[in-house]
Amino acid sequence: MSLRGLEEEKRRWEGTTLKESTSRFPERKGEFRTASAIPVERVYCPSDLPSLDYERDLGFPGESPFTRGIQPTMYRGRFWTMRQYAGFASAEESNRRYRYLLQQGQSGLSVAFDLPTQIGYDSDHPLATGEVGKVGVAIDSLEDIEVLFADIPLDAVSTSMTINSTASTLLAMYVAAARKRSIPLHRLSGTVQNDILKEYVARGTYIFPPEPSMRLVTDLMAYCAEHLPNWNTISISGYHIREAGSTAVQEVAFTFANAIAYVEAALEAGLKIDDFAPRLSFFFNAHNDFFEEIAKFRAARRLWGKIMRERFGARDARSCMLRFHTQTAGCSLTAQQPENNIVRTALQALAAVMGGTQSLHTNSMDEALALPSEKAARVALRTQQIIAHESGVANTIDPLGGAYFVESLTDEIEARAREYLDEVEKRGGTLRALEAGFFHREIQESAYRYQKEVESRERVIVGVNSFQTEQMEPIETLRVDPSIGQAQAAKLAALRQRRNAGRVKEALERLRDVATGSENTMPAIIECVESLCTLGEICDVLRSVFGEYKEVMIV
Amino acid sequence: MKERRKIRVLIAKPGLDGHDRGAKVVARALRDAGMEVIYSGLRQTPEMIVETAIQEDVDVIGLSILSGAHLPLFSRLGELTREQGLDRVLIVAGGIIPDEDMPAVREMGIRAVFGPGSSTTDIVDFVLSNAPQDKG
Repeated sequence: MSLRGLEEEKRRWEGTTLKESTSRFPERKGEFRTASAIPVERVYCPSDLPSLDYERDLGFPGESPFTRGIQPTMYRGRFWTMRQYAGFASAEESNRRYRYLLQQGQSGLSVAFDLPTQIGYDSDHPLATGEVGKVGVAIDSLEDIEVLFADIPLDAVSTSMTINSTASTLLAMYVAAARKRSIPLHRLSGTVQNDILKEYVARGTYIFPPEPSMRLVTDLMAYCAEHLPNWNTISISGYHIREAGSTAVQEVAFTFANAIAYVEAALEAGLKIDDFAPRLSFFFNAHNDFFEEIAKFRAARRLWGKIMRERFGARDARSCMLRFHTQTAGCSLTAQQPENNIVRTALQALAAVMGGTQSLHTNSMDEALALPSEKAARVALRTQQIIAHESGVANTIDPLGGAYFVESLTDEIEARAREYLDEVEKRGGTLRALEAGFFHREIQESAYRYQKEVESRERVIVGVNSFQTEQMEPIETLRVDPSIGQAQAAKLAALRQRRNAGRVKEALERLRDVATGSENTMPAIIECVESLCTLGEICDVLRSVFGEYKEVMIV
Repeated sequence: MKERRKIRVLIAKPGLDGHDRGAKVVARALRDAGMEVIYSGLRQTPEMIVETAIQEDVDVIGLSILSGAHLPLFSRLGELTREQGLDRVLIVAGGIIPDEDMPAVREMGIRAVFGPGSSTTDIVDFVLSNAPQDKG
């Protein structure tokens, strides 16, 4: 049947069968929308995709435009990497958790650092009070990193580190630890998040102003291009933008706005597009709206490929492949009836897998209450294993490809994200838009709208605004021993006594010279780390040269 | 007739925590409810928060923290507000604060805690009925 014939047929159906039904049983709502407010039709047909061109828009896995996946075999070859973000308290305790997770079948490590480590303060700094070891592991020096990775084969596991403004220092420690164990650097694989731009917009662990921060980012990229060929130099993150309240469309658009800024900065720093673009990686959120999320991942893949080819002239197919990690939506977890979070997480994880993610973190049921307990973390990992080994969804590639609804949503998300990117251009590019508070405002608007919808019960959250239970059963949560702050402080005091003070001073002075000039900062930071300078000392030098960022305040 | 002045609220983010979605949503809801809202921004020490509270002559301080560092920070803040004679100021908190910490948190002068899933309507109502009256 021709598309026109089909449309006529659909109108006939609407006038007869459908009308008869709705006149007796009206639909639940007058209007259906995705979580990002994209209208959802009653039913989708080929006539909703009038211009779909299979070769141009979908293609085959591993080939442009990569809509269906970036590898030719996807999960038929190898499952996604099951990578649970973990870290708390001391390096010793986190090391135990990592070895446990690896033993349980996890395939890669993902390190969570505490806030002082993320913001460049030693554990004994006054601003670190109460924060040491809380949201991640406390790292002050190379010695902590050596303990953190003790008995873990650095050449066999890939390690992802959620670290941004202090990424250079933590990567330097990882490199130094590997060197001490005589592991060749080209054998190291993993990721540093190193995505400073979204820190200003959504996550908040910035230190320096954008310009010197971008230099640190590109210095790290240049260093890795030469020495760590298997290292992902950045993980450009929409995850936190979404957690801050954005829609799915904004998540894709703002992530790519940031990505474009990094690519431009790297090009300006003299790097060649196909030398660094294959090492760019991404990080997205898997939220509640199942089909919208799947469409989002597919749209993001297609859009990124186009940006790389059309805007930056990338030739290497690997430069055009959107490789991404996914985490289920922390902000969707409820403190009420926490066991329900297992189900939410499973659905979100399923969307990520159907969307073709390269690696996945599934949240634990207790994360609206505390850091994950070991049991909750195990259930979260088992959720992925059940999807992989029991559900059968991994046996064919992009199983929803060609579904009229999913293709239509994919087109819609791509088009809407493009509109946003055009808007950013009109505002003078990412950094200008950032300084003017454009991203902050857009995200906050969406967050506020979401909250209003929850409170009016237009948006149902099971257990929170509907289906509540009176009594909350307490679940067992993890508690970080508050004495960790003193323990780290004692370790630091001992280290400062023991190390070679002359070497420390020299390394820090050398770093100051390099930071003031234009040389790549990475080798000087590695030298500092190997001289047992602390993270706080290294960052203090950089603070004194680069200054500190002042928050764009928009409420 | 003398109009009652608007309730003045400081929404503050103590500690190093960068999660500001809740703080900003609450700030906006309070403003929409007719209050004057000052937002502190991130990374505030208890000293900075108390200083702003004095300078801005606020009636209410709303603290938002999700990093788990609430006990030492709230404790210091409680000390400072007492030292500075801010006893009339209503202090409330939001974020991730485990139930077992509630007695300690109350002891530190925090009158109510609004955890995950709280509605802004409840927060507004609580502030309206508990904010101190005009000084005179």
